[in-house]
Amino acid sequence: MASLVSRRSAVSTGISVPVLAILVAVGVFLVVGSLVSDIFAQQTVAGLAQGAIFASLALALVLIYRATEVINFAQGELAMATTYIAYQLTLWGLSYWLAFFLTLPIAFVLGVVLQVVFIRPVHQSIIAVVIVTVGLFILIDGLVTWKWGADLKFMKAPFGNHVYRAGGVAFARQDIGVLATSILSVILLWGLFQFTKIGLAMRAAALRPAAASLVGVRVNWMLAIGWGLAAVLGAVAGLMTEPTQFLQPTMMQPILLYAFAAAVLGGLESPAGSVIAGLMLGVFLNLVGQYVGFATSELRLPLAFAVLLVVLLFKPSGLFGRKQVRRV
Amino acid sequence: MNARFAGRLVVIAAVALVIALLPFGLTNYHQGLGARVGVYFIAILGLNILTGYTGQISIGHGAFMAIGGYTTAIMSHDHGTNLIATLPLAFAITFVCGLLVGVPALRFSGVYLALATFALAVSVPQLPLKFSKFTGGSNGIRTATAPGNSWLYGVTWACAAIGFVGAWLLLRGRTGRAFRAVRDSELAATSSGVALPIYKTLAFGISAAYAGVAGSLFVLATAGFAQPNEFGIILSLEILIGAAVAGLGSLWGVVVGAVFVGLLPEISASVPVLGSGHGQDVVFGLIVIAVMILLPNGFAGLLRLVESRFKTPIESDSTTS
Repeated sequence: MASLVSRRSAVSTGISVPVLAILVAVGVFLVVGSLVSDIFAQQTVAGLAQGAIFASLALALVLIYRATEVINFAQGELAMATTYIAYQLTLWGLSYWLAFFLTLPIAFVLGVVLQVVFIRPVHQSIIAVVIVTVGLFILIDGLVTWKWGADLKFMKAPFGNHVYRAGGVAFARQDIGVLATSILSVILLWGLFQFTKIGLAMRAAALRPAAASLVGVRVNWMLAIGWGLAAVLGAVAGLMTEPTQFLQPTMMQPILLYAFAAAVLGGLESPAGSVIAGLMLGVFLNLVGQYVGFATSELRLPLAFAVLLVVLLFKPSGLFGRKQVRRV
Repeated sequence: MNARFAGRLVVIAAVALVIALLPFGLTNYHQGLGARVGVYFIAILGLNILTGYTGQISIGHGAFMAIGGYTTAIMSHDHGTNLIATLPLAFAITFVCGLLVGVPALRFSGVYLALATFALAVSVPQLPLKFSKFTGGSNGIRTATAPGNSWLYGVTWACAAIGFVGAWLLLRGRTGRAFRAVRDSELAATSSGVALPIYKTLAFGISAAYAGVAGSLFVLATAGFAQPNEFGIILSLEILIGAAVAGLGSLWGVVVGAVFVGLLPEISASVPVLGSGHGQDVVFGLIVIAVMILLPNGFAGLLRLVESRFKTPIESDSTTS
């Protein structure tokens, strides 16, 4: 009985055989291509590094979406603001990595506070929440520009400029570092959700708020913690963006758009899906930019969204999303 | 015609009179601002038909505004068309574009539709950069003549009045009922014989056409320049903010929403607290958040609240729902 299965009760990952087949095909194509051509391999690794950043921010969006069915437009600006905080810490004499690890708890607290102060009062109305996040977008942007100015700022390169050579292929140490850091933070987050009590409580609060609160989960606080964790992921994404884009108030805006695309491609409800989609999007854009002459830099964003629209037309709930079954 | 209806007519007449008489007491600069408010009025009206009445969210109306704006600029620049004559043309072209977007949008709902339209808002302003032969690239393209502010004020608010009356007639009749039925329950609407695909695409078309005219006037209001970065995501978000402040699903708050997004940036720029030009965004963002926290249903929600205090219990509300 389809009508008895409410959307949230299905816990399967929702991955289907054709999608899996396509993923495997893409993987094989990338590996073979990398073995054949050096430039291809280089672009693939750089694309993975770029995609890992999309993936962390997309995962942050998915975290909040799963808990509250709301898209947080301020996610990118929040990431940008926390990167500025790290920058300020390095100005005060801290080393890069000390600043990095100090920024993460600050981002967490910031996320929690924003949720409690601005989102909780309007959480009944989805459109109101969306508008509030748009307001936050403008507010954070204004605050950062006011405090630090709109000009480019530079931080110390976290991974240095070293280039590894394997055969004829040159891998920038920075790309590898960005990829490793982003993936590591995603895995840590997954571990938190999978193996800790608080992770269990958060999943319960997102899936069945009423039932969770009946067994003693403080749903409101779980939502706030969700915002905090999303802000931490955003901070990682921001800090990993800084080495290539440098620090400026608009640096996360295009990244946020790609993260939107990745989150929707992955199916919005699926954390793993958003990560895979983010990585694929990064590689795709890099390879298309390298090999397709028509796709100049102006067309990067439209191209990403064209892919998104095509995928959505065939799978309206994303690559890994579950088919929505609504009770009427 | 009952007393309620007459009362509303009086309110509308009063607002219209104020808008009509206002330019005589305004400086040239403020007439320009007034025209801008009118532009937002038309765009918010259009978004409200789609999101408020038909339940299809769109964050992409800036894209339709861009199409309308470029229609006006290109027709005037390349073909010397009369500026007023470009408005119906923009209306027609964006109507068709809206229908074309509406067809794939039938497959999406809720947040997926929001992001698909958002994709539109992001992508369309990039296209003039790619096809710069027609559109002048990032320098933009300019209409053959740039109208003065009082002309602009008159034309914009005339269009706004036509648009308002048109929307009101449309929404109170058969089509409006079908729209609302689609919004409230698609299943129930279908079973009562409302053809979902037709009415959803129609709502997209009409809504886009409003945005297109608004875009034309928007270009005229920026000294006749159509530039890609004028139609960025911020514009789409502003329209959405305006619609939310106005209150979705009601035409009575649209003026308030338009004034809000049209004038607030200007006003918040003059707040001296933060001591620099960037303080503007801080104030604007804070006020947007505060308004949404205080009035989650917008100005129309406030009106409903006030009205229900004074309402006799028997009278049933059919127009604002």
